[in-house]
Amino acid sequence: MSGPPAILRPGLLPEPLIFERGARGRAGALVDPGAAGGPAPTDVIPPAFRREDDLVGLPEVSELDVVRHFTRLSQWNLCAASTLYPLGSCTMKYNPLMNETVARLAGFADLHPLLPERWTQGALELMARLAGFLREVSGLPGVTLQPAAGAHGELTGMKMIRAYHVDRGDPRRHVLIPASAHGTNPASAALCGYGVREVPANHEGMLEVETVRRLLDGDAAALMVTNPNTLGVFERDIAAIAAAVHEAGALVYCDGANMNALMGVAKPGDMGADVLQFNLHKTFSTPHGGGGPGAGPVAVSARLEEYLPVPRLVRESDAWRWREDFPRAIGRVRSFHGNFAMLVRAYCYMRALGGDGLEDATSMAVLNANYVRARVATTYPLAYATPSLHECVFSDHDLAATGVHTLDVAKRLLDYGFFAPTIYFPLVVPGALMIEPTETESKQTLDEFVAALEAIAAEARSDPEMVKAAPHSTFVGRLDETRAARRPVLRWTKPES
Amino acid sequence: MRFTPHTAAEVQAMLGAIGAPSVAALFAHVPAALRATAALRLPAGIDECGVREELAALAGANRSGDGLVFLGAGAYPHFVPAAVEQLAGRAEFATAYTPYQPEVSQGTLQATFEFQSAIAALTGMEVANASMYDGASAAAEAVLMAQRLRPDRTAVVLSRALHPQYRQVIATYLEGVGDVEIVTVAYGEGGTTALPSTAVLERASCLVLGSPNVFGAIEDLAAAAAAAHAGGGLLVNVTTEALALALLRTPGACGVDIAVAEGQSLGLPLSYGGPGLGLFASRQSFLRSLPGRLVGETVDASGRRGFVLTLATREQHIRRERATSNICTNHGLCALQATIYMALLGRRGLGVLAERNLRGAHALAERLAGLGRLRFAAPYFNEFVLQVPDARRRWEAALGRGVVAGLPLADWYPELEDCLLVCATEVHDTAAHDRLVAALGGTA
Repeated sequence: MSGPPAILRPGLLPEPLIFERGARGRAGALVDPGAAGGPAPTDVIPPAFRREDDLVGLPEVSELDVVRHFTRLSQWNLCAASTLYPLGSCTMKYNPLMNETVARLAGFADLHPLLPERWTQGALELMARLAGFLREVSGLPGVTLQPAAGAHGELTGMKMIRAYHVDRGDPRRHVLIPASAHGTNPASAALCGYGVREVPANHEGMLEVETVRRLLDGDAAALMVTNPNTLGVFERDIAAIAAAVHEAGALVYCDGANMNALMGVAKPGDMGADVLQFNLHKTFSTPHGGGGPGAGPVAVSARLEEYLPVPRLVRESDAWRWREDFPRAIGRVRSFHGNFAMLVRAYCYMRALGGDGLEDATSMAVLNANYVRARVATTYPLAYATPSLHECVFSDHDLAATGVHTLDVAKRLLDYGFFAPTIYFPLVVPGALMIEPTETESKQTLDEFVAALEAIAAEARSDPEMVKAAPHSTFVGRLDETRAARRPVLRWTKPES
Repeated sequence: MRFTPHTAAEVQAMLGAIGAPSVAALFAHVPAALRATAALRLPAGIDECGVREELAALAGANRSGDGLVFLGAGAYPHFVPAAVEQLAGRAEFATAYTPYQPEVSQGTLQATFEFQSAIAALTGMEVANASMYDGASAAAEAVLMAQRLRPDRTAVVLSRALHPQYRQVIATYLEGVGDVEIVTVAYGEGGTTALPSTAVLERASCLVLGSPNVFGAIEDLAAAAAAAHAGGGLLVNVTTEALALALLRTPGACGVDIAVAEGQSLGLPLSYGGPGLGLFASRQSFLRSLPGRLVGETVDASGRRGFVLTLATREQHIRRERATSNICTNHGLCALQATIYMALLGRRGLGVLAERNLRGAHALAERLAGLGRLRFAAPYFNEFVLQVPDARRRWEAALGRGVVAGLPLADWYPELEDCLLVCATEVHDTAAHDRLVAALGGTA
């Protein structure tokens, strides 16, 4: 490849803020306020309780203004539907469009969550089946579908762990967490009142039983572990580590963000995990939405089942019912039952692939990652020689002399039409560049991606200043993030006229 | 059905480049004792046609109610214009990643900035974040934030008229965090919160009210704010029906310190209760303590305006166990739907829609009063409590006639025997009102 492809920008039009469009008094959709009769607000709401302004600050635009505005904005985004997103630990696989059609069926979309169960047996059956699928994939007997995101699942899991220890009269005070863990792990532990003790990995990027054992005292409530870990490496000693944790009376929290590497290969339940959260917006294909919504169902071992949140789906007289009378439950973690529309999508995906398809997804995900690893390792240094599963980590070490860093490589990749890999995570690898292609990418796409990385390494040597000023062909160039933080402007305000 | 594109020849070529003899060899380092000995026991995969048939059957086994569901209680039936789903459904929005690379994410970032701006305007607060999961978890995070801002306080005061699910979630989030007591204060005869004494409030980091509360009643937020502030604590307001904000005195104008809400009413389908949309807004002075993502305005090297995620030092990926929250993925696409909805209806349309809701609910209440009475005298928006003799039996009979006559409140409030929580929105026309009145045993 000689240089990036020409990035054509047809229809990539500028567009102001929605508040800068329109005209005073321009209205969009208006209903007839008196269509069902009834008194005016001034007749029934005392003045002190009525809105003090007429919604100043909200847009005044026509429907066409709105359509043009958001259509233009959308065109400024890269997205997984337009290009490869090789983000490590994000599993940006193809989001099947059939999921979107199915989630919008009126029989799902129009259901009020408090309808009597006799009217919603289809929805409840779907949730029960999905829970069953997740039990099978995790190898764990208890499942809740309530959590709205992975981090929410972590919080739910850690609350259950805490409840378990409190029940035994010994709440304990800290949680062991590898230095390579995702930031949500220590943050979730802290939200349960725990302190955090960091567990170092060995020179192969893995945890060792002896290291964990040394840190286990009577005050450790749990070990939080990701497997494969955030380096894409399978924790070889996980069974022995889990046994040591259990011996010390503590529990094993398994972060399931990387489940795409394990389906049909190994089950966290068999490794000794007590809690596992899934990320449906990773492993199970629900779309990332620019930052959610996702869903973070949690699976637990038998010893934690009684702590699962309420309400729980139970089978009674040949029908599904919600029940809350579980005295040891940790309570609720959100309103209603779960991110149902995301559960529908994940069920649709798992039903389409079946067990054989999920195993194929894992196989091809690991093949793709190892192919990229082999091809890229000739140009960028691998962080660890240890075998990779579904993602691999490189560093920018060899580029040091050029002054070009991982950040610059990431920005230059945007000029080649790819989204950048995960950068500077995990923290244990300086200048980390973490690549997870996922199984839905073709060899052609991967070859193009590898060629781009090779070209950028060459550019770093021949024209470092150009690379350091990248991206050049995107809608905006590098943005002043320092200014954004020092002088925060977090909302539009009408300019003084 | 599979989405993996690999041909046998490609697999061979790739294995060649890797130097591995087979795909199975790539897993050889996984300890044998942990390897699955059997295939995953899931139903075998099927093609798209089969999947769609099965899902259609599951959807068809539900009954959504044909516009005769008079349920609110935290989720509200509203009409969603086609443009909301079509625009938010664009792949460029739906399949985009979190905007960590802002140069290629300006669509998401500008739309989020517009969301923050609109929510700040709607709530009358100074700053709003980029969304939380739902109103209940947002309320819980607001309480945790109040504890961070008032760390010497040992209690939080919750109104019993705050939605019970929200109180449950707050209790779950508070478990194990310091030794914070939850004090619950009762509601009065009028249906609004009986404000606690200063002595109680002086121990509390915050007072948490819903307005409108679970009964649909509008609380006196200004009085609540004065009481909370006199006790040196904060007032947290929770609005489960976000549309009410278009018609009622804003939380900001009432002196609320942290305003949270469930934003589902702003263009999100009911979807059996999820995903919802947590709205979270506060005073500017609390910025460093705010949970959740924030988008800020800035410029690029050529002076062009752009938007970036900012103030990330509050967040988990930077601050880890010292972050203001553990939230990572939030409800970005739901926030986009709400932004589009608020733009479509706009300054005038939202106000008119709120008025339609209020008037319709009041008209219905007047007709139903013939069957029983309005249980509470407080002013209300689009939800009210109807007390009728034999409420549970009438509700069942109505269900048999295809009408969901609100929510029997006795499950949540045992003392409110014979009470139904009834919600009426713009989706309920006069004919629907007729059906409800008839179904509950009156004449149309």
